[in-house]
Amino acid sequence: MEKELRIVGFLCNWCSYGGADTAGVGRFIQPTDLRIIRMPCSGRLDPLFVLKTLTGGADGVLVSGCHPRDCHYAEGNYYARRRLEVLKRFLPVIGIDPGRFEYTWVSASEGQRWQHVVTEFTAQVHALGPIQRIGKQAQARACSFATSGLFARVED
Amino acid sequence: MSVMDELKAQIARRLPDLDLVIGWGRGYDALHRTPVFLKDAKELDQLVFDPLCVHNLATYLTRFGKGKRVGVVVKGCDSRSVVQLLQEKLISREHVTIFGLPCEGVADLGRVNRALASRGLVMGKAREAAFTAQGLELAFKGRSETLPLAEVMAAKCGRCAYHDAVLFDEFAGQPVGRKDPDNHDDLAAFEALTLEERMEFWREQMERCTRCYACRNACPLCVCRDQCIGQSREPGWVSQRSGLEEKFFFQMIHATHLAGRCTECGECERACPVDIPLMLLKRKLGKEIVELFNYRAGTDVESRPPLLAFKVEEDTINERGW
Repeated sequence: MEKELRIVGFLCNWCSYGGADTAGVGRFIQPTDLRIIRMPCSGRLDPLFVLKTLTGGADGVLVSGCHPRDCHYAEGNYYARRRLEVLKRFLPVIGIDPGRFEYTWVSASEGQRWQHVVTEFTAQVHALGPIQRIGKQAQARACSFATSGLFARVED
Repeated sequence: MSVMDELKAQIARRLPDLDLVIGWGRGYDALHRTPVFLKDAKELDQLVFDPLCVHNLATYLTRFGKGKRVGVVVKGCDSRSVVQLLQEKLISREHVTIFGLPCEGVADLGRVNRALASRGLVMGKAREAAFTAQGLELAFKGRSETLPLAEVMAAKCGRCAYHDAVLFDEFAGQPVGRKDPDNHDDLAAFEALTLEERMEFWREQMERCTRCYACRNACPLCVCRDQCIGQSREPGWVSQRSGLEEKFFFQMIHATHLAGRCTECGECERACPVDIPLMLLKRKLGKEIVELFNYRAGTDVESRPPLLAFKVEEDTINERGW
């Protein structure tokens, strides 16, 4: 397999975290690029978490919570769904491919579905390759300006 | 009776019941207006209203203590901010008195400045400014200049669909009544860019940001004040570094916090000292909100902002599509 990328998963404590655990216990083979952060609820997820993760250098972000109608807190994932959809549509505005971010629902018993979700999302991020960081690129450009100036002086 | 006289009469009638009324007055030179806070009918002479009154005075409504009765003078776009604040219960209807005005558009002083510079004139040296049918007439020492309206109007006014205040207790003058559809045509050029070009675009723009927070302070819906997460170190969303990532992330905070709330009054962009096109972020987000939830912020006091609500089965969100 090609080089690992950095993918961050925000998982709800009650469903998806359990689902990922079920997948582990069931020894379903999954890609290892994903780092999991456990959340009390997908409704806890501030869309800024995702933006900070992506601008901070992660190549992909996956958010997973309980299926709608199944939320431990009754309606957390309903609010999350609207926010996350708006966020997904916001990403292209700032030049980030919306394919680097997905949100989905996995219940604690769905080990199989978790395996499918992780495998598919990892493949999707791998197809996009490593992310371009806004700050890093600027530094690289400043460097190239500096060196071009240097060359001009040599020519003089 | 002129609009101004009507407005003054209305304020004079209401002022005894109010703690203060916020309006516009003359600024430090001919072209600038400044917010004025009237407490007494004797101060009514300070009041001005013309296309140079660019500020959105709704910004001040959340800055007074509970129970203060405040009057505010609003144009069409400003009134949307008031409506949005009411919807979110950030102000209460009993405590605010709205003096609505019709508006044909306001000037963009940046454009005025550039137009004058191209004619070899300095904006600060203008001695008098007046709007007539011909445009903005400026008197300089030994010279006068007329700038056509199309050259000096703010871009947001060209696509405004709310020329008259949408909510008011008193309305001065005749409603304009016109409703130009805002179908986000101006975004076409930006939307044609590829993702890489967009990121490069923002790199160039954000590099100029000095993190002065003027955009946030001018925003009528940025109500966290001293608790702004863009400035606090606990939690430390944005560090004290001056890198591009921090600058851009601050704007992301601003934009995402305004998702579904921004009334597109353009105050952030107007207040920006380095002319970063901040409205682009917000309008693009606003367009997505219109497409997703068919909602325009600040147009209806009774409706609920889309991100403060949900439907068990969403009509427009395809959540299992991948």
